[in-house]
Amino acid sequence: MIVRGDERMLVQGITGRQGTFWTERMQAYGSRIVAGVNPNKAGETHCNVPVYASARDAVAECAIDVSVLFIPPLAVRDAALDAIDAGIGKLVILTEHIPVQDVMYLLAAARANGARVLGPNTAGLVTPGECFAGFMPAFSDSIFRPGSIGVISRSGSLGTLICLNLVQAGHGESAFIGIGGDPIIGTTTRDALEAFDSDAGTQAVVMVGEIGGAMEEEAAEYAAGMAKPVVAFIAGRASPPGKKMGHAGAIVMGDQGTYASKRDALERAGVRVLDTPSDVGGAIAALL
Amino acid sequence: MNFEEHASKPLLAACGIDVPRGALAVSAEEAAAAAAELGAVVIKAQVPTGKRGKAGGIAPAADAGEARAAAARILGMDIAGHRVERVLVEEQARIEREFYAAVLNSPVSKGPLVMFSATGGMDIEEIARTDPDAMREARVDIRNGFDRAAADAMLAGLDTNGALDAVADFLVKLYDCYRRHDAELLEVNPLALLDDGRLVALDCKFVLDDSAVKRQPALESRGSEERLTELEARARALGLRYIELDGNIGVLANGAGLTMTTMDVIAHHGGAPANFLEIGGEAYTKAKPALELVLDNPRVGALVVNFCGAFARTDVMTEGVIDAWQALDPQLPVFFSVHGTGAAEAVAMLESRLGVTPYANMDQAIVAAIAAAATAEGAS
Repeated sequence: MIVRGDERMLVQGITGRQGTFWTERMQAYGSRIVAGVNPNKAGETHCNVPVYASARDAVAECAIDVSVLFIPPLAVRDAALDAIDAGIGKLVILTEHIPVQDVMYLLAAARANGARVLGPNTAGLVTPGECFAGFMPAFSDSIFRPGSIGVISRSGSLGTLICLNLVQAGHGESAFIGIGGDPIIGTTTRDALEAFDSDAGTQAVVMVGEIGGAMEEEAAEYAAGMAKPVVAFIAGRASPPGKKMGHAGAIVMGDQGTYASKRDALERAGVRVLDTPSDVGGAIAALL
Repeated sequence: MNFEEHASKPLLAACGIDVPRGALAVSAEEAAAAAAELGAVVIKAQVPTGKRGKAGGIAPAADAGEARAAAARILGMDIAGHRVERVLVEEQARIEREFYAAVLNSPVSKGPLVMFSATGGMDIEEIARTDPDAMREARVDIRNGFDRAAADAMLAGLDTNGALDAVADFLVKLYDCYRRHDAELLEVNPLALLDDGRLVALDCKFVLDDSAVKRQPALESRGSEERLTELEARARALGLRYIELDGNIGVLANGAGLTMTTMDVIAHHGGAPANFLEIGGEAYTKAKPALELVLDNPRVGALVVNFCGAFARTDVMTEGVIDAWQALDPQLPVFFSVHGTGAAEAVAMLESRLGVTPYANMDQAIVAAIAAAATAEGAS
C-alpha cells in the first residue's frame, strides 16, 4: 500500500500523547489529516481538526481514505472494526503487542470489506515530498528524499538506516512501506513488492527482511518475475534459534524461518542479498 | 509462553474435554502415593520441551512400588538441558487408536487453522511425511467460529474406527478452548480412542500468546518460566529485551531490526556479539540501566553503540549513555555510530562530553571495536 499526498486521513486516538505529537508532525509534513476520533471528546477540535466519537461518525461528515490508529493494544480490534465498518479503505495500525486473535479478527473483517491493513507493529509509511502516516522521521532530509527507490521493511529502525544509506549515496525513495514486525500482518512483503512493481515512480526496490516466518520466501517467488531490480537485506543471520529477537515474528523454530532459507530463496530469484546495510547505496547504483 | 502438560490439561478439562485422572508429584514418595490411588499409572517428566519419551522421561508403572522406582529415576534427569523437578502421575489408558489434533494461528491464512489426523502419536511433520492422506485441515473465519457442521465437513470420509461423532464434538471443544485462552497453539497428541469408546487427551501442548497475557491474568503464573541468565532476568525486570550470547563485543542499539543487524555485521566482520539488547520503542529512555547490563557481562571487551533514530530520538538515548558512562567510568573501549532523528545534537554531545567522535557508518565502528577487543584479549 502506498499513500499519496491528496489522500484524506483520519487519526484514531488523536488526543493521546503520541497521537498528538505525531499528528502535528504529519500535518507539518503535508499529510492531509481531516479528522480525529476519541469517544470522550466528540465535538472538540484537536490539532485543528474536528474530533468525532467514532470513525463512523467522522465518515458521515467527511470523506476519508486512510485511518491511522494510535490506540492501546487491547482496544485496537474494536477501533479497527469501527474504521472498517465505516468503509475506510486503508488502515495503518502502529500498535505493538496486540493479541494475535484480535489481529486475525480485524484482518478477516478487512478482507470481507475490501479494506487494506498496514501492520500491526509498524512505524508506518512515508511518501517523500507528499505525506507520511505513523512515526517515521519523514521530515529529516538526510533520510527521506523524493526519488525512485521503493523500500519495504519489517523493522522501523533498520528501514530508517537503509533509507539513510540510500540518501547518503545520492538516491531518493519513491516510498517507504513499513510492514511491521508481527508474525501475522495485513500487508506482507510480497504485497508491498507488488505495490512497487506497479508503481510508475519506482525503478528499483530494497526489501528489508528478518528471520522468522516465510514472507521473504513468498516474496522471492514474485521477485523472480519482476522486471525491476530488487536488492535485499535480511536481519538475524547471527541470532540464536528459538528466541524472539525483539519482534514477535523474528524467531527461528526448528528449520522454519532461517536466514539460510530466505537468502537462498532470494538469490535463486535473482535478488542480490547484502551482507551489511552499508552496501545498499552501491548495490542500487550498480543496478540502475 | 509455553505451558507444560500438567498446566495445559486443566484448560482442556475446563472446556469439557476428557483427560486422564492424575496428580503432580515432586518426589518418589508422592508418586507412589498417587499410584496407590490410581492403580496402574504412567510417570511423565514435566519439562518445557518435546521428545520426553525418547529421552526416557516417560515410564509405565503397574503399582505404587514401580511408580516409586520410576519417579526416583526420572526426577533429576536432564532432558534437553532441563532438569526434571516434577512428574505427572496419570492413570494408564487402554488405547485402541491414536489421533492428532491441533488449533493454531496460521500466518498463511491469517486465521485459525484446525488440524486433525487419523494417525497420531508421532510429531506432525512425521505424519505429513508418512501418512498425508490421514490429515485434514480447516481454515476458520475467526468472526464466525468453528461449529459442529464445520467439524463434520472437515472430517467427512476419514476412517476413525467409528469415532467421527466423538472427534467432531472434541474438535469444537478444542477450538473453544483455543479461543477462550488466547492460544497461539493448542495441540493434543495423542488424542486416544479408548477401548470403551471414550476419546481422551493423553498429552497436551498449550502456548499462550505473549501479547494476550494482560487479558489472561489467571494463566500468567501457570506457564513455565523461561530459562534466563542472571543478566537476562535483571533486564526483564527493567522491561528491557536482552539476550546473552557467547561473544565479546557488547551491543547497544535501538529497535529489534537494527539490533539484530548490529550482531550480524559484527559476525560478518569476523567478530562475535556478546548480547542482543534493544532500547527502541518506549524503552529508549532507559539507556542507563541498559548500559549497566552490557557492562556487567564480564566477557565484553569492547562496546558498539549503534543508534538510528526514527521514533526513538538519538539525542535522548545518547544523553542517557553519556550520563551512565560518566557515572560508571568503565575502562572499556566504546565505538559509536549515530544517525537519524536527533543525530546532530547527539554527535555534538559525544564530542563535548566524552571527547568521542562517532564513526561515519556502523561497519567502521564495528571493525574498530573488533580490533580493540582483540587487542585487549592479547594484552590480558
